[in-house]
Amino acid sequence: MRLRNPGQTVTFTFDGKPVQGVPGEPVAAALLANGIRLMGRSFKYHRPRGVMTAGSEEPNALVTVGRGAAQDPNIRATVLEVSDGLEVFSQNAWPSLRHDALAVNDLLSPFLGAGFYYKTFMWPASFWEKLYEPVIRRAAGLGRLSGQASADCYEKAFAFCDLLVIGAGPAGLMAALTAGRAGVDVILADEDSAMGGRLLREVEDVDGRPAAAWVADVLAQLRALPNVRLMPRTTVTGAYDQGTYGALERVAAAGAPVECFWRIVAKRSVLCAGALERPIAFPDNDRPGIMLAGAVRAYVNRWGVAPGRSVTVFGNNDDAHRTARDLAAAGIKIAGLIDARPDVQVTADYPVFTGGSVTATAGRRGLSSITVAHQGGTRVIQTDCLAISGGWNPSVHLTCHMNGRPRWRDDIAAFVPTPDAIPGMAVAGACNGVFETAGCLREGAEVAAAIARDLGFTAEVTLPVAEARAYAIAPLWEIPGKGRKWVDFQNDVTTKDIALSAQENMRSVEHMKRYTTQGMAPDQGKSSNVLALAVLADLTGRGIPETGTTTFRPPFVPVGIAAMGAGGQGKGFAPTRLMTSHHATVAARAPMIEAGLWYRPSYFPLEGEVSWRQSCDREVGYARNAVGVCDVSTLGKIDVQGPDAAALLDFVYTNRMSTLKMGRVRYGLMLREDGFVMDDGTAARLGPDHFVITTTTAAAGQVMRHMEFASQVLRPDLDARVLSVTDHWAQFAVAGPRAQVLLNTVLDDQISNEDWPFMACGTVGIGGVTGRLFRISFSGETAFEIAVPARYGESLFRQLVAQARTLGGGPYGMEALNVLRIEKGLLTHAELHGRTTAFDLGLAGMVSAQKDCIGQAAASRPGLVDPARERLVGLRAVEEGRRLTAGAHLFAKDAKAVTANDQGYVTSACYSPTLDCYLGLAFLKNGPDRHGEVIRMVDHLRGVDTLAEVCHPVFFDPEGGRARG
Amino acid sequence: MGYSGFGIIKEGLFGQKGWKPLWRDPAPKARYDAIIIGGGGHGLATAYYLAREHGLTNIAVLEKGHIGSGNIGRNTTIVRANYFLPGNQEFYSHSLKLWEGMERELNYNVMHSQRGLINLFHSDGQRDAFVRRGNAMINQGDDAILLDRDGVRSHLPYLDFDNARFPIYGGLYHPRGGTARHDAVAWGYARGADQRGVDLIQNCEVTGIDIENGVVTGVQTTRGPIKARKVGIVTAGRSGQVAAMAGMRLPIESHVLQAFVTEGLKPVIDHVVSFGMGHFYISQSDKGGLVFGGDLDFYASYAARGNLPMKEHVMEAAMTLMPMIGKARVLRSWGGIMDMTPDGSPIIDTTPTKGLFIDCGWCYGGFKAVPASGFAFAHLMATGQPHATAAKFRLDRFRTGVGLMDEEGTGSQHNLH
Amino acid sequence: MRIECPHCGERDRREFYYVGDAVALARPAPDAGPDAWDDYLHNRDNPAGDTNDLWYHEGGCGAWIVVSRNTVTHAVHRTKLAQKAAS
Repeated sequence: MRLRNPGQTVTFTFDGKPVQGVPGEPVAAALLANGIRLMGRSFKYHRPRGVMTAGSEEPNALVTVGRGAAQDPNIRATVLEVSDGLEVFSQNAWPSLRHDALAVNDLLSPFLGAGFYYKTFMWPASFWEKLYEPVIRRAAGLGRLSGQASADCYEKAFAFCDLLVIGAGPAGLMAALTAGRAGVDVILADEDSAMGGRLLREVEDVDGRPAAAWVADVLAQLRALPNVRLMPRTTVTGAYDQGTYGALERVAAAGAPVECFWRIVAKRSVLCAGALERPIAFPDNDRPGIMLAGAVRAYVNRWGVAPGRSVTVFGNNDDAHRTARDLAAAGIKIAGLIDARPDVQVTADYPVFTGGSVTATAGRRGLSSITVAHQGGTRVIQTDCLAISGGWNPSVHLTCHMNGRPRWRDDIAAFVPTPDAIPGMAVAGACNGVFETAGCLREGAEVAAAIARDLGFTAEVTLPVAEARAYAIAPLWEIPGKGRKWVDFQNDVTTKDIALSAQENMRSVEHMKRYTTQGMAPDQGKSSNVLALAVLADLTGRGIPETGTTTFRPPFVPVGIAAMGAGGQGKGFAPTRLMTSHHATVAARAPMIEAGLWYRPSYFPLEGEVSWRQSCDREVGYARNAVGVCDVSTLGKIDVQGPDAAALLDFVYTNRMSTLKMGRVRYGLMLREDGFVMDDGTAARLGPDHFVITTTTAAAGQVMRHMEFASQVLRPDLDARVLSVTDHWAQFAVAGPRAQVLLNTVLDDQISNEDWPFMACGTVGIGGVTGRLFRISFSGETAFEIAVPARYGESLFRQLVAQARTLGGGPYGMEALNVLRIEKGLLTHAELHGRTTAFDLGLAGMVSAQKDCIGQAAASRPGLVDPARERLVGLRAVEEGRRLTAGAHLFAKDAKAVTANDQGYVTSACYSPTLDCYLGLAFLKNGPDRHGEVIRMVDHLRGVDTLAEVCHPVFFDPEGGRARG
Repeated sequence: MGYSGFGIIKEGLFGQKGWKPLWRDPAPKARYDAIIIGGGGHGLATAYYLAREHGLTNIAVLEKGHIGSGNIGRNTTIVRANYFLPGNQEFYSHSLKLWEGMERELNYNVMHSQRGLINLFHSDGQRDAFVRRGNAMINQGDDAILLDRDGVRSHLPYLDFDNARFPIYGGLYHPRGGTARHDAVAWGYARGADQRGVDLIQNCEVTGIDIENGVVTGVQTTRGPIKARKVGIVTAGRSGQVAAMAGMRLPIESHVLQAFVTEGLKPVIDHVVSFGMGHFYISQSDKGGLVFGGDLDFYASYAARGNLPMKEHVMEAAMTLMPMIGKARVLRSWGGIMDMTPDGSPIIDTTPTKGLFIDCGWCYGGFKAVPASGFAFAHLMATGQPHATAAKFRLDRFRTGVGLMDEEGTGSQHNLH
Repeated sequence: MRIECPHCGERDRREFYYVGDAVALARPAPDAGPDAWDDYLHNRDNPAGDTNDLWYHEGGCGAWIVVSRNTVTHAVHRTKLAQKAAS
């Protein structure tokens, strides 16, 4: 029922039925205004439930919004703002909210107490996955995801400020105003759509005006301050190290992302998060129509909605009286005020029951009456709304995010934050246990002024006049007597469950929580935690402080994966690195594959080729018989310069680089300090103090870090600097018998075999551009790598490919590159997988004993040089038509394929068009001693079981004459 | 008392009055035959198997907080046997077999759910590495199936097959992999141990280890000294501090690993799924929450809480892999303290002090290891000899380099495993 | 988490790569023997409290930094260039 003329309205639907709402109000308010109290079903017993609160802590009124891919489950109807055309659906009910088949669970509740599932469903074993679990899973859960990716846009952003004020109630507004006027760079964040906190929900005056008018004035002043940023609809969700806060903004602008997740870095913060009201445990305290008293006032005062026609109020503190007064003033019938305290003096023109309690309630899908026991006897009162107030719990949540524990205050029967629980965070107002407006205003202002002064500003405190009155409460947790009394409404935990937990010696508050699931629902126990541990404390004869609390952890309100993961969807997950030849390569219809962050061509198909193998075999032929061109720019390139550059390289490579002559290249091996191989590559000496080294594509970043580590941390005495130049140079392999011929078509000065022998390097001119030429080979052929500044890369690639085609060659991709290197027994990260040593790879000779290098000491550990280690060998398929496969395991010829007989595994395999057979590289126990042996290769997963001959890993041109020739 | 469906009905009819405590709360005795330091999953399982397999019942588990308050109470509940290096292979294979009989054995429903685990791969190289792993699993007698892209699609149609930054090439499917209700595992072992006479002593922090002439004689605790000739340290992330009481320095660095759970949802993810191009793994609990995690925060920490960068990375990975869960809301995140070793594999061994044993270094894979770790550590403590399934978990393997089990291939940097 | 880079000022943790305990600065001599190398590579004090560890400003200036901080509270006390700490 609406208490005032709503003016402009919007229409949304609830379970398909049109409902009128007022812009700005939450769906829950609109439903109440239209007499709809049943808004959801509970998690376990599928009890009918209505709205209980007026904020993000709502346990009952969770709904699903939208349909199709936009379907958004578990939305709090208390936070969701109405809008035209909004589609709202109830959830966790079938076939309908009114008639929910699983309400049968409520009848079975005597058998479904805390932890019942730990005691049964064990027989027979296979029934868990086949029967019990599917049934339980279907019954459990709240809302439903659509199963489709939503098209909604989400965003993340950073913000920085001097002072983050969390919450814009009386304390927060005064904090922001005081600090803002002092010149402090302030962010004021509040989760509500309108700032003002409880001042928007109460009937009281501030500075001689209605509170809401005072709020409007203050907001106007704040908006006028350029150093203050107001962030409404923004919930600060977590407090992290060094003043970093997470915050979720529900963006309310057309065309904007629906949510933005903020990372706010603040020098200081002040928590003004207010307090949350808590219920009282009495029988059947969960019926629709039973609400928290402060929420009832909010619906009446802020949104002009009467939650009932005949309201009763039940409380143990003065706030209950305020509720009755406000409602009566609004013209709502108060059917009774029940104050649990026997000694309270009240005069009112509605029935007042002191020393009273609610002992029963009735009404199937909504409250119809309550039974009150009081000093004068027992009475049944007809009522459709019961407002309960068990007292207020300060919102200490954020102060616990760094493992701080709140402390108990007997006088207010509540936990308050421990000071300095979050470095840099102060606490003010209701969340600090101050429950009167004047005190909140004062504390907010004073705390902010102190922070401002700390930060070097001059701050003044000017306080408005406001209501000041003591908060009096007599703790009341559970009404004695039979019946189910809900504590955690969302997870359907009653006092009986807590009692059973204690009975079974789950007496630690953490055990109780985990056994009963209290506090584990989406509301994370915001309204139930203190009540639950008070009940547990009573049951176990301990005090509340001794019983302790569970830990509040981030986020303060649930945060969508899409919001915190914004940007990750699709291609956004990782950057994309493209070679300069990318466009030319894509234009040649080459399938691109990911190589780390890079994209590289798999192969370059020609008309008429139907399989990748056809293309690959042809491209291998280019290199073996004519000339092939391959973009190898993805390999890491590191420039090393300085008088001690050579010494630094001697330290990071196992072999000596200081003896390398100018204009020469040497293959190098790098170890990790633990003695295992990290990477391999080449070092080219371009000048006395100038080297450029290459790394594999995969290890480029790691090697750069390693080089910096070696130079800054281990050998700061060496005068050498390293710089990654991977992106600065485009580099192309030109391989094959006609490589030199091809190069001479693009080089300004002709080269010859004599000037450019194997492993030579130097500067060349290409169409007037200064480039570098390295005579190195990853194919076993006469080969060069030619490098130009990246801006000339595409042009050179096109030119090289065009010239190669005239010479009977062309470009080759990763597949052919892989075949070429396997035929030559050359290594990639399939072999350098982090568990192999130079010894395993047959490269022990490359570890110079004449000098110290990283990894040398650890590489000599006995376990790393054991001959029985799995060591590199070649494998040649011996059975006609049977392939070798990477990932297969190796066994003695007649051994069973079981772990005990495992002799090794295949790392790389290919069909070699050059040798017309399947080849593999493998690690095999005692491998080098077993050349010639025929062994069994088993790949269970691919169904391959075949024999292979162990051989030297260099299958083709073992003498290496082709590369030199 | 035994648990059964009949018991549920009987107690339901009679007001649940008959359920007995899961365990007693005994006062610590002055002397035990053996003491387990740490009442987490591994410690409780050790006590259970000491009693059950070796008849040692005059023993105590000393727990600084409450039973199960460590990583057993804060993990992503994945149970699997998909290792490929000798040492790990036989151990996890054994562990999975123990899981499969755990509920009948303990008369406690830990909700072990063999719903299948799918590790996705995103390149040919990753595929070959997973093939090596899968073949090792089959050699060991466990199960593994190689799925191609369509095979993955038939199980996990909701993945982003069209736009993901790293396309899904296929997956390694381990049908016997799955999940369990983590707290229940602690409670089940605790109840089983208590029923066999083991004293579970909560709120009892060990403050010193008494050693005379190289032989352990007992421990000092916040509840007084307790004598014992055998003491086992099973304290996960706190192993360094407890071992230091015995003068040991361990090859362990403690790191924080975060985990996340969403609000309850109707069934949407039926398997355990892991992403191969960023650390992300997910399953859905029986209650309906999506339970997922990622990598370490990467800095040494004892804070049991993490920071935003890793949270965001994990959610970004979720969004690139399965954007349909974008509208699921995370309601809680937390951190556990992981005892990271230099090869990512654990330690179950004797120590230089006679009578002092240690079980640690579970990195972030300790949950699935609980039964086999307890089984093997009980065997070691009772007999002085390593159990065959855990014989390679030697403390000195780092010094000698013999039998390193570096499944990730990332070397001796603790946080990279 | 935010860390003060001696070159660049306070930066978000995500710009940094973490490697481990600053014991890495004290590399043993090649012939120091297996125990010294074992301690260097593997064994750690692993304190629950103040520690010095090594971070690399990978997303920034490329400096290796010794960070003095607390592993329980995550408070960062001070930072300095590893190059200066080492030399």
